[in-house]
Amino acid sequence: MTAATANTKLVVRVPARTAVESQQAAEAPPKILAEDVSFFYGKTQVLFGINLSIRENQITALIGPSGCGKSTFLRTLNRMNDLIPGARLEGKILIDGVDIYDRTVDPILVRRKVGMIFQKSNPFPKSVYENVAYGVKINGYYRRKADIDEVVEKSLRDAALWDEVKDRLHVSALSLSGGQQQRLCIARSLAVRPDILLMDEPASALDPISTAKIEELIFELKRRYTIILVTHNMQQAARVSDYTGFFLLGELIEYDLTTKLFTNPSKKETEDYITGRFG
Amino acid sequence: MAVRMINTKSDYAGTLFRLLSGLACLVIVAIVALILANITIHGKGHLTWAFLTTAPEQGMTEGGIFPAIYGTVLLVLLMTVAVVPVGVMVAIYLSEYSELSSPFYKLTRLAVSNLAGVPSIVFGLFGLGFFVKFVGGNVDRLFFSGSLTFGQPAIVWAALTLAVLTLPVVILTTEDTLRSIPVELREASLALGATKFQTIVRVVLPNAVSGILTGGILAVSRGAGEVAPILFTGAAYFVPELPHKLNSQFMELGYHVYVLSTQSPDVDATQPILYSTVLVLLGLTFLLNLLAMLVRTQMRFRLRRNG
Repeated sequence: MTAATANTKLVVRVPARTAVESQQAAEAPPKILAEDVSFFYGKTQVLFGINLSIRENQITALIGPSGCGKSTFLRTLNRMNDLIPGARLEGKILIDGVDIYDRTVDPILVRRKVGMIFQKSNPFPKSVYENVAYGVKINGYYRRKADIDEVVEKSLRDAALWDEVKDRLHVSALSLSGGQQQRLCIARSLAVRPDILLMDEPASALDPISTAKIEELIFELKRRYTIILVTHNMQQAARVSDYTGFFLLGELIEYDLTTKLFTNPSKKETEDYITGRFG
Repeated sequence: MAVRMINTKSDYAGTLFRLLSGLACLVIVAIVALILANITIHGKGHLTWAFLTTAPEQGMTEGGIFPAIYGTVLLVLLMTVAVVPVGVMVAIYLSEYSELSSPFYKLTRLAVSNLAGVPSIVFGLFGLGFFVKFVGGNVDRLFFSGSLTFGQPAIVWAALTLAVLTLPVVILTTEDTLRSIPVELREASLALGATKFQTIVRVVLPNAVSGILTGGILAVSRGAGEVAPILFTGAAYFVPELPHKLNSQFMELGYHVYVLSTQSPDVDATQPILYSTVLVLLGLTFLLNLLAMLVRTQMRFRLRRNG
């Protein structure tokens, strides 16, 4: 299936997918299941009965106007919202069949399995090395320096940063450029060996070249990780993702293959949004 | 009609107000300058190396102030050891574990701000009643078969009394610092599977060190100048030997100033010594405040680079 331009009004260009890619996307097994998820900040409800099946080793983009609940939904997937006083979730989120909000589940272990990259790169004010080694050390994966060195190098390589920082592993992470800092944050997450990566507008604060590098990296990481990408950049969603979910006012309006959602949306709201009529 | 842009009326009230407020600023500067000039002019003549390194002689009319300097340093050192850990623990609880709206948080904050408002002489009496009589007395009864050892004024009780007095400074400075650590850093740590405790120990506290240091220095600078709390709890008019045990009595700069200005047998002979002692005390507290300011600026710089 190619990026058929069934609807000429659409302004988002969707790059063509190969037949293999399309087939993989269609056949990928579910990794995360959201079942009737509602979310409240105190008495304010911000998510309304979200049902969603996120496929393994695919990139799922969540789009929608500011305040539509896409970031809140993302943060329910690694129980980051637990930290907000008065926050409450109804419904179920199953990862590999386990309800992560079950009382027997430790949110710490959920967060090791589900890594998160934030909008603003947030390296610790420590060295490049210490940033990547942090997760390894706190989780007690390795104690020997040689082992930790190996993880640090591998994670930096996987985040396409190794060549740029290998000679300055011990300088402050804050001396890196914005794009490098964000890739460092990705490397830091990879070192904990998650199998899901949540990315909350990871490139929104970066220049076009750094953004392109991050997108390339996301595409590369897809082979080993299930990626959920929140973005307000529709071109970005169309470029990198396999599936796209469109949120509006706390509801999931439409969720489909990216090629389908951007070329032939089934809901009027989706079409209005992706053709730029609001948002 | 065209808007008139040329003002022919003068703003007398405005000018007067500006003059008055400027004058009020001048008063502040003048008072500080007066105190400093007066004390420096009268005090510098007597301020020699020997003055700083010898003990008072001839009923305080000759000799130096070394025991008082030594006592002050030892006192604030003991105080710091007591106040920083407790103050930091309180601040960690307030900033990291309690919610701003919880009754316990409000109660603790109320206690802290009230503690900061208690007159220092009340701390002195509290120290005498609680530390010296109650704690010290019971220690004697339990461990020294009732013989008077810790149940009397001593440097350890004076230090603990000062620690209570300076606790609010440490708590408030540390809590502010902890709150200023960006939430992004805490989230980064938690998202990597760190526990809250690991996040506090490995991310929050290391970034708050300079703030905690500032709190400690401010506490020392406050404590070093206080006389009332140590009046009944351990400071002595004159002690022939330097304090070397926790239950020794000691001489202290602030108290020594009080002694020199009220208890001297020969006022004229004591006066130059008094001036120099005050100069040393002032110099010490100024130096500590300056240090606190430097540490704080350095911290702001670090956090800005971070954000």
